[in-house]
Formats: sequence, structure tokens, C-alpha cells
Amino acid sequence: MLMTKEAVRPLLEVSGLSVSFTQYTGGLRQKTIQAIVDLSVSVRPGEMLAIVGGSGSGKSLLAHAILGILPGNACVDGRMIYAGEHLTPVRQATLRGREIALIPQSVNFLDPLMRVGAQVRSSSLNGNGAAVQREIFSRYHLAAGTEQLFPFQLSGGMARRVLVATAAAGNARLIIADEPTPGLHSAIVRETLAHLRELSTAGRAVMLITHDITAALETADRIAVFYAGSTVETAPVSDFCGEGELLRHPYSKALWRALPQNGFRPLSGSQPSVDDLPQGCLFAPRCPFASPDCAAVQPELRPLRGGETRCHHAA
Amino acid sequence: MLLFLTGRILRLLTLLAAVSVLSFLLLEASPIDPVRAYVGADMLKVGPEQWAKIAEYWGLDRPLPERLARWSMAVLRGDLGVSMIFRRPVLDVIGERFLASLALMLTAWTFSGIFGFALGTLAGMKQGTWTDRLIKWYCLTLASTPLFWLGLLMLLTFAVWLGWFPVGLGVPAGVPAHEVTLADRVHHLLLPALTLGITGVAGVALHTRQKLVEVLQSDYVLFARARGESGLQLFRRHGLRNIALPVTTLQFASFSELFGGSVLAEQVFSYPGLGQAAVQAGLRGDVPLLLGVVIFSAIFVFSGNLAAELLYRLIDPRLRLKGDPCEQR
Repeated sequence: MLMTKEAVRPLLEVSGLSVSFTQYTGGLRQKTIQAIVDLSVSVRPGEMLAIVGGSGSGKSLLAHAILGILPGNACVDGRMIYAGEHLTPVRQATLRGREIALIPQSVNFLDPLMRVGAQVRSSSLNGNGAAVQREIFSRYHLAAGTEQLFPFQLSGGMARRVLVATAAAGNARLIIADEPTPGLHSAIVRETLAHLRELSTAGRAVMLITHDITAALETADRIAVFYAGSTVETAPVSDFCGEGELLRHPYSKALWRALPQNGFRPLSGSQPSVDDLPQGCLFAPRCPFASPDCAAVQPELRPLRGGETRCHHAA
Repeated sequence: MLLFLTGRILRLLTLLAAVSVLSFLLLEASPIDPVRAYVGADMLKVGPEQWAKIAEYWGLDRPLPERLARWSMAVLRGDLGVSMIFRRPVLDVIGERFLASLALMLTAWTFSGIFGFALGTLAGMKQGTWTDRLIKWYCLTLASTPLFWLGLLMLLTFAVWLGWFPVGLGVPAGVPAHEVTLADRVHHLLLPALTLGITGVAGVALHTRQKLVEVLQSDYVLFARARGESGLQLFRRHGLRNIALPVTTLQFASFSELFGGSVLAEQVFSYPGLGQAAVQAGLRGDVPLLLGVVIFSAIFVFSGNLAAELLYRLIDPRLRLKGDPCEQR
């Protein structure tokens, strides 16, 4: 790690995270469903890390795993280090809402029968909640009466600001935004991302989980690409350029080239289902460069040119 | 709101008209003979001519539509006729009996509401644990227990064996009416009310549990947990808030089951309420009383449902503030 910015110690470091679910399928037969295979990401204070990947790549589960709010039948393995210490379930319970905040996807995550002001105030733990909430509402240009509204009365843009406000109201050092801009008008998307950027500039670590690569590229510092429950590449935003020749993994290159502005070239095939993961490299069945090695041995995530990749052939 | 209430009143009127006509026709088709009911034990002393005269005096020889019209006009004037078995105006009988029934039903309703809500909440918060399973098992057993059988068991245990409660009736036997105390009445009321309440608990508890489980699986509870809320705080802030309304509403909408149950409970405990009057009226062919009870019970159940709907409109902000999305107070 040579660059000064990189030298700051990560606030959160997740490595080799796996999540599986136990289900009963008829009678007492148990079935284990692997949802996250091998995820590794890290995020530093003042940095905005975007996590991109198709649906089913384990993005949202990562957020829930960090917060420790996975359902009871989930089994989590791997290492999570927060501020230099292991993130145990007990520690998660004390940190969530205080140090680690979540910005959810939609207004459905607000209590439908509670006024939004009260819901934002409950996130603020330093004494005068009402003052903090009013200050944040005015910073986000939410009219004074907004705090008295119920979630169903909010417009799309207002709802977005309120959701970001729930995280901004506290003193959280790590903010995880889980798909904060699903199918929204581009102006609202831009505004929301600007708010997130502001939070990271103020020194907080922001993790933006999204499938909107273009939006991620416009605001984030680094991008982590997920594929079928594992991290295939982490790269600085600046590597996403040209024909994608600076990128390390064939899947990230394919994602980049599939964007409308970069030629709109789709990748054939689809992400393997969690029930039927290939033995070796998870991307091998769709990879144009796959060799017999790839199908046999799952590559490890390794550092490469200021980023990380999980590919036997990357150089 | 005004439009809503007008609509509901119209609905009540049409409902009452339909119920009246239907029960009138059903009684007409039944083997109940009002004259026989009136004559009663004097059957042998009454000759066929007298019989015909009574029928003519009451207009029973008239065609059906005319009788229906005459009865309806009388009901509209507030005259439900005279009960044949009590020899008193039907309205008086219903009024007196309803008060006794109301005391019974309210006690049972409150008991089942509070106890059922507590049990359901406990089961929902502890979903999947042994506590939950035990409560579910208890409720399902209760729900499949016939009320009259439970009533008999309660009678055998608490009245006959332990002797804590009287075996039946609404007041002590052989005591002049003006000497009956409130304590006496409560003493007689408790066992039937408990029986009726216990069977009501199952439904309330299972519904509360189901609703709470749904709420706990919602996105907003997930988000609340992500913000560090848990246990009682989570329940108070989000659980209670979101189940209170549907559960209360359901409780009001259960008036029909309550009334049906009270008929059985009053019968088992010989409790002199409206339900018992209805059974007597049916068995002994008291047509005016039977029709009166039918109309009255329809109004009773309707008011329960109306109360449920009103609660929703007055309390749930999504309905209360509908059509005015920018209301800012």
C-alpha cells in the first residue's frame, strides 16, 4: 500500500465471509443453501466503496451479515474486523445503529404507523434527538412539516432523503447503503449519491451496494465486483476506463463492456444458481479465457496492481 | 366520514329488512304454530272453533304478504308485539334479558381480549420456541373444544366439586328480587363468563400471534433491528403499534361468535340472558319474541362490525389522512 490514502487502516475488513441457510425440505430432511461463498471487502474511513454485482450475488446479505441481522437459520463463517477488533455477534448488537448504520432500499423499511420525524430521531443517540433531526431535515431540504408525516405520505424524493437522514442523524462511522436508488428518477439518484458522498467526505466510511454500475462509477472511490457470492475483483474507480484493459477479472471487463456507453456487448450465459455452483472458478463456465485449471481449482483472491482479483490468469 | 356513516346506516336498514323478511318466511315454513304456543297446556279445553277464532283474532287466516306487511308496519312503529311465554311486550323482555347478556358477554369479551392478546404476543415474540409451541397447542386444543362441553366441565369442577360458584341461574334462588346484591349477580355471572371467555382466548391469541409474526418479518422491523432496537423496545415501538389496530378490530368483529357462544353458555348455566330467551322462544313457539331476538342480534353484530370499521378509519393514518397526502399539522 503505497498511496497515502490507502495507508489509512480499514475501518471494516471482511475476509472469506460465507453465509449459508439451513432449510427443512419435507419432514426432517435438512438442506443447506450456500448464499455467500467467499466474500472479501474492506472500507476505510472517508472512503466510498461501491459493491456491484447482479441480483443473487450476495450483496444485500453481506450488509445483513455485517449488521448481524440475518435470519435465525443463517450460518455465518469467515472473518470480520471492525476498528481493529473482531466483529462478534455481541459486538454487532452494541454497534448497530450506533457505529454502523444501514440505509435501506425503500420506504417500506419505515414503520408505516410512525411519523417519520420520530423514526429519524430514534437513530440519534446523542441527547437532543429533535434538534439533530430538525437540523438534518433542513440540511436535506425537507420542509418543517415533514417530520409530522407518515411514510405513505412521502414522495419518492422525500422518502430517499428521510432514509439517508436516518443514517446521517447518528454518529455512525460506517454507513451501509443497500441499493439506495432502485428504479428512481435520475435526478433523485444523483441527489442521493451526492448525500452519500458528503457523508464519506465528512470522514465516514460508506459502503454503497448497488447494481447500477454507472452510478457507482460516478461517486465511489473503489469498486468491488461480486459474482455468485464471491468477490472477483476490487479496483479503483480509475481502472474502469477505455476497453477495460486496466481491469483484472474477465467478469468485471464483461460488466464494463456491457454498459450502453461502452459498446453494449452482453455476456452470454447467466450467473450459476446457488444450488449448483461449479467446482473450480465460479466464473469458468462463462469465461472466454477459461483453461482446464480454472474448472478444477477455485482461485484465491490475490492483490494485483493496487487492487485485488480472483483469477488464475490475471496479470 | 358523513358519506361513510350514511352508507353504513343504509346498509343496516337493508340488512334489517332482509333479515326480517327471511326470518318471517322461515318461521312461516316451520312447524311452529303460534296458536298452539298461546294455548299451551289448555289445549284440551280449547275446541276447534275457539282455535279458529284465536287465529282470526290475530289475523293468522290472512294471506302471507298481508301478515308480513302488518307485522313490518308494527315493527316500524316500534311495536314488536307481546311475548307469548312471558306475557309481556317483546321489547321489555329483550331489554331486560339483554342487560344480563351484555354483562356476561362484556366480561367474557374483556377477559378473552386481554388474556388472548397477552398469550398471542408472548407466542409471537418467542416464535418457534417451546413457549410458542405450548401456547399454540393450548389454543388449538381450546379452539377445538365445544363450548357446552367446557361449560359442563367447569360446572362439574367449580360448582359441584369445589362448590365455589352456584350451579346456575343469574341470581340466588328463593331470595326476593330487591334483596339481590351486586355481589350475588357477579357471583352467578363469573362461571358462564369465564367459560365463554376461555373459548374466545384461542381465537384472539392465534390471531395476535399470526399478526405479530407477520410484523416481525416485515422490512421495517428488520430496519429497526439494524438500528439497534431489540426485545421489548422493538415490540413496544413497532410490534404493539402495528398489531394493536388489527387485533382490536378483530375483537370488535367477533361479536357474532360472542353472541353465538352466549346462547350455548346461557343454556348450560341456565343463565337468564337473551340467548336463553332465544332458545326458549324457539322451543316453545314464541314467534314475536323469536323475531325480536333475531332483529336485535342483527343490530348487535352490526354495531360490532361498524365499531371495528370506525376504529380503523379514526386511528389508522393511512385511512384517516387518505385523499389528503400533503396534510401537514
